[in-house]
Amino acid sequence: MTFFETLRFRLGSLFGRERIDAEMDDELRSHIEHRADDLERNGMARREAARRARLEFGGVAKFAEQSKEAAGGTFFESVIGDLRYAARLLKKSPGFTIVAVLTLALGIGANAVVFSVMNAIILRPLNVPDPQSLYSLEWGSGHGGMESYLDYLDIRDRNTSFDGLAGYNIDAVGLDTGDNPTRCWALSVTGNYFDVLRLQPYLGRFFHASDERGPNSAPYVVLTYSYWHTHFADDPSVIGRVVQVNKHPFTIIGVAPQGFNGTLMMFNPDFFAPFVDEEQLGDPGVLANRGVRGMFQLLGHLKPGVTPQQAAADVNAIGEYLVKSYPKIEEAPSFELARPSLYGDFLGQPARAFIAGLSLLAGLILLAACANLGSLFAARASERARELALRMALGSSHARIVRQIFTEALLISALGGAVGIWGSVMLLSAMTVWRPIPRFPLSMPFTPDSRVYLVALVLTIVSGFLFGAVPVKQVLRTDPYEIVKAGSLRSPGRKFTVRDLLLGVQIALCALLVTSSMVALRGLIRSMHSNFGFETRNALVMDTILDMAGYSGDAVPVMQKKMIEATEKIPGVTAAGLIDWVPLGNGSWHDANIFRDDATDLRPTNAFDAPVNYSISPEYLAAAQTSLLAGRNFNWTDDKTSPRVVIVNAELARRMFGGTTEALGKFFKLTDGARLQVIGVVQDGKYKNLTETPQTAMFYPLLQAPSSETAMVVRSNRDPQELTTAMRETIRGLDPGLPAPIHTWSETLGLPLFPARIATLALGVLGAMGAVLSITGIFGLAAYSVSKRKRELGIRMALGAQRKEVLEAALGRAFKLLAFGSAAGLILGLLASRVLSVIVYQATPRDPLVLAGVVLAMMLLGLVATWIPAQRAMRVDPVMLMRED
Amino acid sequence: MGDQAQLLPGTLDLLILRAVSLGPLHGYGILLRIAQISGNALMVEQGALYPGLFRLVRQGLLKANWGTSENNRKAKFYELTVAGRKRLREETDNWNRLATAIGAALASQPEEA
Repeated sequence: MTFFETLRFRLGSLFGRERIDAEMDDELRSHIEHRADDLERNGMARREAARRARLEFGGVAKFAEQSKEAAGGTFFESVIGDLRYAARLLKKSPGFTIVAVLTLALGIGANAVVFSVMNAIILRPLNVPDPQSLYSLEWGSGHGGMESYLDYLDIRDRNTSFDGLAGYNIDAVGLDTGDNPTRCWALSVTGNYFDVLRLQPYLGRFFHASDERGPNSAPYVVLTYSYWHTHFADDPSVIGRVVQVNKHPFTIIGVAPQGFNGTLMMFNPDFFAPFVDEEQLGDPGVLANRGVRGMFQLLGHLKPGVTPQQAAADVNAIGEYLVKSYPKIEEAPSFELARPSLYGDFLGQPARAFIAGLSLLAGLILLAACANLGSLFAARASERARELALRMALGSSHARIVRQIFTEALLISALGGAVGIWGSVMLLSAMTVWRPIPRFPLSMPFTPDSRVYLVALVLTIVSGFLFGAVPVKQVLRTDPYEIVKAGSLRSPGRKFTVRDLLLGVQIALCALLVTSSMVALRGLIRSMHSNFGFETRNALVMDTILDMAGYSGDAVPVMQKKMIEATEKIPGVTAAGLIDWVPLGNGSWHDANIFRDDATDLRPTNAFDAPVNYSISPEYLAAAQTSLLAGRNFNWTDDKTSPRVVIVNAELARRMFGGTTEALGKFFKLTDGARLQVIGVVQDGKYKNLTETPQTAMFYPLLQAPSSETAMVVRSNRDPQELTTAMRETIRGLDPGLPAPIHTWSETLGLPLFPARIATLALGVLGAMGAVLSITGIFGLAAYSVSKRKRELGIRMALGAQRKEVLEAALGRAFKLLAFGSAAGLILGLLASRVLSVIVYQATPRDPLVLAGVVLAMMLLGLVATWIPAQRAMRVDPVMLMRED
Repeated sequence: MGDQAQLLPGTLDLLILRAVSLGPLHGYGILLRIAQISGNALMVEQGALYPGLFRLVRQGLLKANWGTSENNRKAKFYELTVAGRKRLREETDNWNRLATAIGAALASQPEEA
């Protein structure tokens, strides 16, 4: 039979039971008629011949039944039979089943999660029409995309490659739809944004390029679908409603289509507003100043037939023109085109590298899982050697037994795949609702789709065949007579196998991950309590932007002073001070070029340094508990009318002036030529992130460098909850329209600690996976060697061997592998801590607790893994064994 | 139907394969062919043929197709597959070896034993 005939026959027998019965009846009837024909030819009358033929044939029904039996049950029935048998076997050894299913669930689950992430952020394009021709501009080695508005206009109007070029920026704004001022996130987008993206509104209308008639000319808001859904309960009458954005009246004119959340992956703004209103939206000066790169990203569809290279060349030519026209401002152009969704290659490149790494890791995990399951299966096959031999001797074909083994393997892989997919869906939906950094509207839309399920299914089936294949060779080589005689498969010798090596590597990797995660965890705990140059305990931070409440110019410092004075009056508050951005606060900082006092050439290349700078009120240092090492603090008379002064940190004092006391009274210059006199030196601190090397920083007095960004640090021993309420009331008393979220200062460390937390979490998860894999690997090896050497162990016991010796004989190799693997992993882990210290502040391997922890963990792991095989080895009964043979 | 030998267990399959090896046959035709090639010495009970046929089809040694017989009746014709031809060769060799050995054993003289 050819394959297709077989298939047709099998399918036929699966679905066409009745047809087959009918065919069989036809065939038997045909036989009887042929016999009758013969009899008729020999002279018998037809009627008599027919009767005679039926009699001769005998019981038609009986033979039909026998024939049906001989034809075999249907394919379907035999598969069901195999499945039932496999299920019975698995039920008989629940330990094996649980270990196998969990191992595989881990492997499949890890792959499903990684693939979902890849699917969501790399494979799935932006939710706009024709995403394949949509590109963004980026420039420089850092793949940045920031561009100034005036440059954007030039590029938009002069290029010939894009079918319209749009741009946007991200703004935190205060939105008041009644009397509930809240901080929202807006994309301020160019007028042509929606048209360039070829989108249609879900409701109402979009604004267009024709609505742009100069600064603040288009006070329109387009809500995202999800903001409309959650905040306006799908109310269509919001169209036309006037809301306050930073205290300026804006009209809601439309709702964006469902599923469109702007053009930056994972960042979900609340609404869109025209870029020409940027002055009101919070960034004054971006519209008219070519030097201010105030647009986050430019993007557009390429015209048909234009390649990304051609477009880049086109834009670079415009860049050349801009350099020629504005030599003081513009830099040599180096534009490239990239996919917009992950902010071009800025995030895209590391994200792709990260996911490639993860996929590799997940693949290895699955492979290791299959290898371990393979050896578990081999162990089972040799346990069941006698049963298999008996079945073969009774006429079961090799093919039948192999099919049985694969049925069992696929049953396990199906169970494992189901558990794995279930687990990954749980994890992914938890990740989807997770807001990793509460301040920002970030979310990870990793909801798995059909592609993910398909990949998981394929992996499940492939891995089932993969580990099912391991014992097949062993079974096929089986000579039933040998086994029945000798009682076990011939052991393939004691040589060091590839499987041993693989297991050793797994154990080493597991130890490496356990070491790294412990180092990371200890580092994380330490860094929560380390000295940042300010004290985060017993302090609250109230965070606001006075722009949002309509304050501007001189009204800002007046309000700020009122806020400080009112807060200081709250009982229990020991100090309250202002700073524009909290150090380590939200990943943002300002830095400014400084020049030696004698410098005359104030071009960027001539700068002495670019310290981080802050504007602070005189009370800030006390409130933050940043100690003043020398000189004096600011006071409220350091204002616009008095000479400009500055406080520097010790690092800047050392670098520029050679020491703390030397710096006092000295001067340096800013880009605009202003001379600043150093009046004080404060201790060093952490400013951008926790793992940075000592960083230079300087502080301006609030009145000389006003800022609408306002973070008030409030120090108090009162209960944070109570104090928060009191502060909120105080602020409401000053201005009920000011959105002012309040957090403890420790909470605001969430962002700088984020990479460390993620690294620790990831290492922890990977360490746990490594541990589970190592356990199954060791378990498989130990179980295999115990079952293979049962007879030998029995004989040793009969000859008076002690339990210890028996265990040594049975589990020696597993323990040796565990010891060597763990040692190698521990050493590697300690070496890897150097890398880790880039991400996790104060990660150090020189930590007895880590060393002890790793050793303990690995020993525990070995104990768990060998417990069952050891029990089995100890329970070997020599008498029973001898009798069996 | 005169002197007939009892079929040894397991030999029916071999006979069917041999009968069909000369060309496609329907069930009744196989019976006649077996009778013919054994010189009417071997008779197979008519109904008992069919379980054998189905077994051989399942093992992939025979394949079956519906056709029209010489009597102009609808009938199912069986023919050998490649595997069936191979099996027939092996089984024939086995049988011959066995038959020769048994024959030699039975023909031996008392003093030689």
